[in-house]
Order: sequence, then structure tokens, then C-alpha cells
Amino acid sequence: MAALAPEQASRAPGIAFILKKALISALVALVLFSLMIGIRTEAGPTGQLIWWTRLGDLAAMVAAVFGGSIVVELLRQWWGPVGTVRIVPPKVQSGLAVARKLIAPVLLIFTFLVPVIFYEQRYILDLGILVLTYVMLGWGLNVVVGLAGLLDLGYVAFYAVGAYSYALLATNFGLSFWVCLPLAGILAAFWGVLLGFPVLRLRGDYLAIVTLAFGEIIRLVIINWQSLTGGPNGVTGIPRPTLFGIPLSPGDDGLAAKLGIEFSPTHRIVFLFYLILALALLTNWVTIRLRRLPIGRAWEALREDEVACRALGINTTTTKLTAFATGAMFGGFAGAFFATRQGFISPESFTFQESALVLAIVVLGGMGSQLGVALAALAMIGGFELFRGLDQYRMLVFGMAMVLLMIWRPRGLIGHRAPTVFLRHAQAISSDLVKEGHG
Amino acid sequence: MSERDILSVEGLSMRFGGIVAVNDLSFTAQRRKITALIGPNGAGKTTVFNCITGFYKPTGGSMRLTHENGQAIQLERLNDFRISKLAKVARTFQNIRLFPGMTALENLMVAQHNALMRASGFTFLGLIGAPGYRAAEKHAIDLARLWLDRIGLLERADDAAGNLPYGDQRRLEIARAMCTEPALLCLDEPAAGLNARESAALSELLLSIRDDHGTSILLIEHDMSVVMEISDHVVVLDYGVKIADGSPQAIRDNPKVIAAYLGADEEEAIAVMESGS
Repeated sequence: MAALAPEQASRAPGIAFILKKALISALVALVLFSLMIGIRTEAGPTGQLIWWTRLGDLAAMVAAVFGGSIVVELLRQWWGPVGTVRIVPPKVQSGLAVARKLIAPVLLIFTFLVPVIFYEQRYILDLGILVLTYVMLGWGLNVVVGLAGLLDLGYVAFYAVGAYSYALLATNFGLSFWVCLPLAGILAAFWGVLLGFPVLRLRGDYLAIVTLAFGEIIRLVIINWQSLTGGPNGVTGIPRPTLFGIPLSPGDDGLAAKLGIEFSPTHRIVFLFYLILALALLTNWVTIRLRRLPIGRAWEALREDEVACRALGINTTTTKLTAFATGAMFGGFAGAFFATRQGFISPESFTFQESALVLAIVVLGGMGSQLGVALAALAMIGGFELFRGLDQYRMLVFGMAMVLLMIWRPRGLIGHRAPTVFLRHAQAISSDLVKEGHG
Repeated sequence: MSERDILSVEGLSMRFGGIVAVNDLSFTAQRRKITALIGPNGAGKTTVFNCITGFYKPTGGSMRLTHENGQAIQLERLNDFRISKLAKVARTFQNIRLFPGMTALENLMVAQHNALMRASGFTFLGLIGAPGYRAAEKHAIDLARLWLDRIGLLERADDAAGNLPYGDQRRLEIARAMCTEPALLCLDEPAAGLNARESAALSELLLSIRDDHGTSILLIEHDMSVVMEISDHVVVLDYGVKIADGSPQAIRDNPKVIAAYLGADEEEAIAVMESGS
């Protein structure tokens, strides 16, 4: 008993602390939920307001918060202080290291095999295409936000420019997808440079606001320039992509007839899947190469310290503009793909929501990390579908998952940075040292 | 102006609103020599540096940089990155400004940006992996390796710059400036925060930069032992005005300097000065 006494003594203030914390949480919950849950209002049959109290529900909610707070605090004490290194057996550690190395190739092989495994399940194929589109958008935005450290809230503008470039060029001039794809990229890059010029002097919050406004301007122009874009009605009848001129249609000149196999609409879905996979991998390959070139190093240096860049003779203006243009170009490619997949586009597809989603993917993945962005896109888009069974609680669960992830990994799934060049061995740089950029 | 002067500053003035930070300053820095710019806190030394390196646009005066081939450049006509790129003036900062999330080697590679940019055909040749670019990159790595070796950081080349000890960061910043292959190296308090052993190593490094590389150095420093040991010429500023100009010995014995630099009491000042050197 004597041995127990000091332990109890050290625990005593702990219990008081836990109870106090739980009480405060419960009080906050009471204030918050008294109107949200405690009182229910509804419009009566003649339009008058009827209301009644739900004190039972309110009490249950407050009690849940009280109990939850105690459980969380106990868990925290059991877990020990945050940041302590838990002793992991070396075998497990080396296993984890191997798993970390394998994850990218395994993911890539699996992606290649998705159309083979899920050939019969159109829903999964469509979801795969959607995820890959966001992977590509995430990788594109990663150049601007992750590498150059320029916070861009209007990335969807370039997606829209790419989509409308292809849609309008194809419907008005009958140009094929393969001609329009580079044009869409070039046009989007051009708009990226146009956006870049006025915002060169801006930093941080100011840059974010101007890019946000730019995204809205593009959308509003598309809505209002009815004679060119069809306004809110959008553009219909956008041609489907062809395999180098051979359409994937049921007719005699279609791919199925030429190969002598029976036509199936799934062929086109599989083709679209591999098309977006190729485009995304192109984005990835170019980004990885650019990082190892002087321009990529200059982007990262710009994120780290702009003044030092200028002292080293780096033209920060052109460096920022190339970052904007490169990111925008990939957004334009993705947009052209989006237009050809949908066959119909309207301004509704290019709202701020999309920009926010792509930015969330980049931040969640770990700014600058290619694999992290791919995993985040999979989690954000695929995970969102996974929770579909939860109906109205989907957003709640999803939001909670994101909050937990940000607590657990504040710098994203993969926060560390891999060096672009090394003398002896490349060692990852801790996310504590890597700057996020200031605009 | 004689050919042996690399930098000649004439009538330089810098005003911020009503405050005159630098007033009608004229001095010269000789080629392949170390010129020190000293003065009490707030004398305007860093302002002079910021004018020379293009971070400030001077209110008046001219700054002429003459290269060895006789090409003269008016620095006040160039702005920020062009001074480093065209006039070959490199600088370090009073508060270290490395790229902390990049490795020591990467820091030195970023410094060779302009040369590598040309070699990579403004990215397009580099993207397809042209052999010319690969050779240029190898050359750049060799130069970086040489400087890492010179500052004794070869072992830590692959460590993040932000992880290095303070003294190593100071030397890395000098190495990074040298990787731009400058004609004039401007160092803003390179010995600040260093211990005696590190200061001595720094003096040695600066002397070897002057002698082995033929780079002229302009130096702001508070550590008098460093200034007196390595400077060939000293310019003293007080309240934005030049109060003395000469060899270290002449400056050391100049009562006007001592009075301005270390306070009004000359006798006390002399005592401190001698113990400091």
C-alpha cells in the first residue's frame, strides 16, 4: 500500500484536471447546442412558427461531450506526451521502411491493373477516372503551391480554360482531341502568365485573394459571354476522343469493328482511364524532372527565401511566372480531358469548391510530395465515395477524418522533403525545416 | 579613378522620408583587397550595402563597378537580381539567409542558377536530358564540392542547411555567395556570433578568397580583431557620414574614429580598442 500512495498522490490533481476540462467542454457544448438541438423550430401548416424544446436530446449531447472529454484525456495520459518516440522493434522499423519504398510502385501497378480487375464494374472505373483527374490536378497545383510556395486559390480557372479551349475548338473548328490537347495546355499556360503578372508583387493572404478573384472572373466571364460559351447552358456535343483518328464507336469504322471484336461501351471507359493515367504520369514525370533542373531548384529556393534568391542573381519574376505557367498548363490538360470525358461542360463544374478541393489534396498530401498528393487524392475522392453509405453523416465523418489527419500529421501525409541532388546519400529533410512559402 | 579600384562610390545618399541614413558618402574599394566598412550601430553600413547590392535604390550619387577587363557598370542603374547576375556582386546577410529546407549542396547549386539555366537551354534541353546539360551539372557539383571542402563541410553536404550549427551556416552562406563566382563579395558581419576559434578560421577563409580567387571583398564587421587582422583598407562611418578612411593602423590611431566609434571618452576608448585587438 505504501508503494501505491505516491502514485495516487500524483494522480489526484490529474483527476481534478480531467473533470475540470470535461466540465468546460460540456459547458461549451451546452451553449452551442442549446439553440441548435435544444429548440426545434418549424413552419406550421398556415405559415406560423411552431417550436418545441428537446431537452432530452440536449442533455444526451452534453453528457456525451462530458464523457468524451474524459475518455480523450485518459487516452492522452495513457498514450504519453505527444512527440515522444515510441520504441519500435528494429524489425518492424525496417519492415516499415521497405513498405514505404514499395508503396509507390505497388500503387502504380495496381492502377495499371484496375481496368483489368474491375472491367465489369463501371462504377469503379468511373471513380478511378475521377480520382486520376484529381491526382493530375493535384500534381499540377503542387508545382505552384508545393514547390514555388505561391498560394493559388483560383486553380480551377485553368481547368476551365483547358476545358473550354477543347470544347470550343472541337465544336467550332472540328479539331481533334490530340490537336486540341497541347493547344489547351498552351492557352491555360498563357492565362497562368496573365494571372502571374499582376500578382508578382503580392504575398501570402493578398496573393490568395487575388488568385481567388481570378478564378471567379474566369467563371463569370464564361457565364456571361453567351455568344461564345453558351453561358450557363454550357457547351454540348463535345467530340469523344479517338485513338489516333479511330473512333471508339459501334459503327463499321470504329475500333471494335477494326479489331474484329464485339463493341462494348466499356472500351471507351477503359480508354479514358488509360488516357488520364498517361496524362497524370506525364505530369508526374515532368514535375520530377523539373525539380532536378535549375528552374525547379529556383522554385524551391523561392519558397524558402525570396530575398536570398534575388541576392544570388535569380530573376524572381520569371521564376514565379514559369511556376504559374507550368501549373496552369497541367490544369489545362486536365480540363481538356474533363471536357472530352463528359461530352458536356458548363460553368457549374468550375466553382471555387473545385479549387478548394484540389488545394486540400495538395495540403493534405504534404506540400511538394508527389506520392503524398496521389494518396491524398485517393483518400479525398475515393474516401468520400467510401462513406456514401453514411448518407447525411458523410460530410461529418469526412470532416472529422480530415481534422484528425491534420492533428496527427500537420504537414500532410508525406511532410518531409527529398533532396534533388546529393553527394553520398539522399536523406529526407524533416518537415520542420522546410518552409511553406509566404506567397 | 584608377584601374585598380573595383568599386568607386561617389556622393552616395540614401534618405528614408526625413531620415538621412547615408549622406554624401564617397569611398573606393581596391581590386583584390579587403575593404572594411565599420562604424557604430545605426551608422548606415547595412544601408550602404543594400544600395550597392541593389536592394535599395539610392536617393543620390553614383556607384561604379569596374571589371578587370575595363568594363564599367553603374550599379545604381541596375536593380536587385541583375547586380548579382550582370555586375557579379555577391552578398551575405547580417541575419543568415540560407535556404534552410534544402541541403548544403543544394544551396550551392541554387547559387549557380544562371550558369545552369543557360546550360539547360532554359529548361528545355535539360528536360530531355541533353548531354551538354549533364556535363554542366557535373561541373556545378564539382564547384560546390570544392567550396564545401574549403569551408570544411564536405561531410555534411547532404544535411539540411537549417540543421547545421550557426558557425557552419555562416561559412556556408559565404560559400554560396562565392559559387556565383563574384568579382566583388560583400559580407555583412560574417563574424557575428562566432567564437574566437571560428573567427580565426573565418579570417583565414577570407584571406584565401582574396589571395587564391582574386575576389575583392567589402566587409562590414564589428569584431575588431577580424577587421584589424585582415583588412587592407578601412572606411569608418558615423551617422551616415564618412569620418575616416585609411589603413587599419591609421584608423586604430585616429582619435576621431575612436571617439565616434566607442563613445565620447577617448582614453577609455583607446583602452578598450587595444584590449580588443
